[in-house]
Amino acid sequence: MLKILRINTRTREYTFEDLGAYAGLGGRALTSRIVSQEVPAGIHPLSAANKLVLAGGILACTNAANSGRTSVGAKSPLTGGIKESNSGGQFAHKLPKLGLLAIVLEDKPEDGADFTTLLIKKDKVEFLDAKNLVGKLNYAAHDVLKAAYGDKVVTALVGPAGEQCLMTANIQFSDPDGRPSRSAGRGGLGAVMGSKKVKAIVLDPEAKDSVEPADGEKFKTARKRWLDILMGHPVTSQGLPTYGTAILINIINEAGALPTKNFRSGRFDGASKISGETMTETIKARKGAYKHGCHTGCVIQCSQVYNDKNGEYLTTGFEYETIWGFGANLLVDDLDDIAVMDRTCDEIGMDTIEMANTMAMAMEAGLVKWGDGKGVIELLKKVGTKDPLGRILGNGTDFTAKAFGVDRVPVVKNQALPAYDPRAVKGIGVTYCTTTQGADHTAGYAVCQNILKVGGDVNTLGKAGQVEISKNLQVATAAVDSLGLCLFVAFAVLDTADAVSVIADMVSGLTGKPYTADDVVALGVNCLKDELAFNKAAGFTAEHDQLPAFFRNEPLPPHNTVWDFTAEEMQAAKIA
Amino acid sequence: MVISLKCFAQLGVYLPENAEAYALHPGDTVAAVVERLGLPQAEVKLVFVNGLKAGFDTVLKDGDRLGLFPAVGGG
Ligand code: SF4
Repeated sequence: MLKILRINTRTREYTFEDLGAYAGLGGRALTSRIVSQEVPAGIHPLSAANKLVLAGGILACTNAANSGRTSVGAKSPLTGGIKESNSGGQFAHKLPKLGLLAIVLEDKPEDGADFTTLLIKKDKVEFLDAKNLVGKLNYAAHDVLKAAYGDKVVTALVGPAGEQCLMTANIQFSDPDGRPSRSAGRGGLGAVMGSKKVKAIVLDPEAKDSVEPADGEKFKTARKRWLDILMGHPVTSQGLPTYGTAILINIINEAGALPTKNFRSGRFDGASKISGETMTETIKARKGAYKHGCHTGCVIQCSQVYNDKNGEYLTTGFEYETIWGFGANLLVDDLDDIAVMDRTCDEIGMDTIEMANTMAMAMEAGLVKWGDGKGVIELLKKVGTKDPLGRILGNGTDFTAKAFGVDRVPVVKNQALPAYDPRAVKGIGVTYCTTTQGADHTAGYAVCQNILKVGGDVNTLGKAGQVEISKNLQVATAAVDSLGLCLFVAFAVLDTADAVSVIADMVSGLTGKPYTADDVVALGVNCLKDELAFNKAAGFTAEHDQLPAFFRNEPLPPHNTVWDFTAEEMQAAKIA
Repeated sequence: MVISLKCFAQLGVYLPENAEAYALHPGDTVAAVVERLGLPQAEVKLVFVNGLKAGFDTVLKDGDRLGLFPAVGGG
């Protein structure tokens, strides 16, 4: 049986606990259950009472395809609500090899304490002085750890942004190529890790425990069908591997929903220059890799290795959201500049979506001109330094808007909007408003039914069916995140009749106990109930489930539609 | 009568030279244009006419913007 490792960051005591009441959970269901049960909702997110939970999903200990995503949970410094931030990288793949389902960081050291590196070994935790890492950018820090523990070392790092406890700070996880390239981006969880004075978590590369499925035959059969489902769908077998998520630039632009110049238009003249097609051509010409997995066991491989003009490695995990945010939303049409911004965010340890919107605020304020990619790079590099401007920017979109008197602020629950204008993709707007996470597209990706004709087809400009779609997707997503599966399996799952029962069979094969499609749904529902209860106790009401007024007042070209849902109308998207 | 025509992702290879002002025959539907391009209909999952999802039977007009996509996803 896997265990939960609890580490007190003040006393340096640690315990390996049986799962107890948390048995049967994993990933997001586990992080959200622990946070909702053990963290008082009213606390300051940087105080000792907050807990940082890093967990693998229910299927993390298996070799099921795409089952190695990592969930990180805490009370969010950015939203003030519960947070589950989901990442690729090797962390969740390695945890079971140490006999672990999750690690919980508790309490915090006294003021003025030094940063530590936590070295997690089988049955043992070492607190190491992190002087050799403090102040370092993430790639350099990871190199130091590779030199000490070998190329295969698995790490979770905070960059300078996390050291300063800024609200855009993320946690970077190392990938199969030994680069700290994958982010638990949203919600400022790097600040929580920084507040506990943990610079790095290192998982012993020597650990080799394994978990045998209780019903090996059943598991094997289900696992094989699961692989066939993923490899049989055109999106998960062709579209995503070839073009990455940036394939969306052209289609969302065509649909008139690509937020441009801080959500002023749904079309960007420079879209083709920053499209997935252009990215793939560029990668091929520079001998990068357009197919790449963020963790061992990913068969979809939406990631890539993007080289600079000289053929030198520049970045990986170069996502649609990042390209939109630093591209169309800032009127920047130079893909190389955007790649540098992506790398800069990974180095300093900042969420790209939050920082991209923050840069839009900087442009509204006149700190840098619209379209000035080099200027943006300079501003990003200020974060994590002693420059007070870096402190402002590093605290995100709303904070920067306040500091400079900007009133066009695209946030819900203080978290910046992702890459789909809700006036032209109404279903995703319902998710932005009603998810427990603050504006988040992954929490209920209604772009599927609104634009992509996956899992259904509704009028993207209309209200009909949107609340129901968002609700169902929010439940399904919570389940996927709890199983440890990559959300992109959903493209195949939504179009395949037996997919959910195959997933249930994998769980049943693993545990040897009955598990049905209904149990998968219940996993999602109960996770959302935990999160909603936490947010309610933290003071969130229906009033917080709304977009800023400009979405209501300003029609979005080219379709000239406005946001027309009331908060009341959307309450049905939340689990009762 | 002309339309602006775009074929995305894997369908890019079917894009004709005069795509920005692609000549239309009167009464042309999306299906007729797709056929003339030599593009197998089964490869086209999403059709956009003037930024709105449309079907193969949609009749095109002068000045329309037609976008053709294979099955795509991301996020
Ligand atoms: S599909 Fe992409 S995000 Fe998902 S596991 Fe694979 S590389 Fe990571």
